[in-house]
Amino acid sequence: MAEESGPSPFDVRTVRDLVGLMSRHDLAELELADGTRSIKLKRAIAAPMPILTATPVAMAPVAHAAPVAAAPVAAAAIEPVKAARPLLEIKSPTPGTFYSSPKPTDPPFVQVGSKVGPGTIVCIIEAMKIFNEIPADLTGTIVEVCVESKQPVEYGQVLFRIDPAA
Amino acid sequence: MFQRILVANRGEIALRVIRACKDMGIEVVAVFSEADRGAHYLSLADQAICIGPGVASESYLNIPRIISAAEIGDVQAIHPGYGFLSENAHFAEVCRSCNIEFIGPPEKAMRQLGNKNEARKLAMAAKVPVVPGSEGLITREEDALKLAHEMGYPVLIKAAAGGGGRGMRVAHNDISLKTGLASASQEAESAFKDGSVYLEKYIEHPRHVEVQVLGDKHGNVIHLWERDCSLQRRHQKLVEESPAPRLPESVRQELCQAAVRLVKTAGYYSAGTCEFLVDKDNRFYFIEVNARIQVEHPVTELVTGIDLVQQQIRIAAGEKLSLTQDQVERRGSAIEVRINAEDPAAGFRPSPGLITAWKPPGGPGIRLDTHVSAGYRVPPNYDSLVAKLLVHRPTRDEAIDTMRRALAEFHVEGIKTTIPILRDILNDIAFREAKVDTTYIERTYLKKEA
Repeated sequence: MAEESGPSPFDVRTVRDLVGLMSRHDLAELELADGTRSIKLKRAIAAPMPILTATPVAMAPVAHAAPVAAAPVAAAAIEPVKAARPLLEIKSPTPGTFYSSPKPTDPPFVQVGSKVGPGTIVCIIEAMKIFNEIPADLTGTIVEVCVESKQPVEYGQVLFRIDPAA
Repeated sequence: MFQRILVANRGEIALRVIRACKDMGIEVVAVFSEADRGAHYLSLADQAICIGPGVASESYLNIPRIISAAEIGDVQAIHPGYGFLSENAHFAEVCRSCNIEFIGPPEKAMRQLGNKNEARKLAMAAKVPVVPGSEGLITREEDALKLAHEMGYPVLIKAAAGGGGRGMRVAHNDISLKTGLASASQEAESAFKDGSVYLEKYIEHPRHVEVQVLGDKHGNVIHLWERDCSLQRRHQKLVEESPAPRLPESVRQELCQAAVRLVKTAGYYSAGTCEFLVDKDNRFYFIEVNARIQVEHPVTELVTGIDLVQQQIRIAAGEKLSLTQDQVERRGSAIEVRINAEDPAAGFRPSPGLITAWKPPGGPGIRLDTHVSAGYRVPPNYDSLVAKLLVHRPTRDEAIDTMRRALAEFHVEGIKTTIPILRDILNDIAFREAKVDTTYIERTYLKKEA
């Protein structure tokens, strides 16, 4: 049972966010410490594939699932280590219902492979009968569509992953 | 009866509503901001939906996001808790227009009672004593001066749109009345977008006694007796108890009946509280109605044995009150103390952070309402309440003894709390003898700090 709550350096969401932060701002190195635990992320800027490393001490709490989070987090923790490309995320700005196309009969706004720019509308999130068109606010190519049309989403939920380099 | 309810709040009151729903077999959806992500109480709900970042205006105060969450959560009703949107008549209206029941009073009553000046007029119409003061709003300085001379100083300048003690100024003479009018109005304008003020006689060293009421949608209203909440610091309550000590029974009856009369006149239903000031001659005066469930509601739950949140849900679902006035019991004496994440030794400065040790009291006569435990990180974004510690015993003396034991057992590390000052208060002879009023804490304790 999780005793701790709130953000911690070893929450897999935090690690993913840090990876994204580093590539967005072109950071080479990032180190966080929280008491006796620390995490250090290094990115090789010259190479097209940045490498993510973390100190052994840092990974232990995530892997052991106590006192931080339950087993599913530990399994998911493997993901950021494998991630070789700095993918960016488009997240929902509000809870609501996700729609992939303007009308049910229309083709989707975007799909895997679509190129987007800051003003490209990528989806609609319906909140309180208001259909909000969501712009990408990023440049790149869609590599993953993370939700299905008519799926309820919460604030901050990842909708799309984008490769800014492509 | 509802199948699913959304609780539009956080922390201990969200947990309280979750528990009421679970007791009734109703599914419950919780909402949370990024600052509350991972909080243990969220896992006790059937579903938890993130509605925004930590800042309240983009989460717990954000009507579109809360309604969206209610829609995707597929709920039939929303419980607003206390604070946040609980007294927002517009929110109640939006809910109901989206076919989601708002577990609280009707909008009209909320609007009327939410304006202090309108509530005062309503009280006068219901023949409930009010503090002597202006018939309506004060718009001209000369009127204020004339009235102050008639009533006699000191007087209290109050913002009509205010609450929680804000937008008030005491004036002891003409000069301070003139400056007070201007500054109170300005403060009210910027805080509540409404600078209108009215005048009341300032009651010195009053006791704060409030009455819990319950009304259903069929016009039935009952009271669940009173609570004494005189121990306050800057209008924030620290200790509450029931029954109110040293209150003659006839005054108690009149006070409680006055509360029922007043809310009936307003067409009120759901849970609510009528606040009164009681002067040294045991005369009581209405000050305001809190049209919501309150922080200190468990005090009443203990002495009456009635689950107030469950009652709110039943009332909202259209059920008639299951009790008549005669059937409302009062048993024993209950006291609540508020454990806030504040440092009493440093001017009650908020003390957010990671709780590293949390060893709460237990045993006979103890109830603890809290959403925290060791490992919980108190976020800095919201109010500082971390726990409500209550005792219920056959007599007030026993309740005080048990509360002293409970506070002595309570051990917290990692954050500062109000436990030290609560221990002092419960050990104080003046509290034991019930010789305290609303100025007591400031006069006795706060002068000790620099």
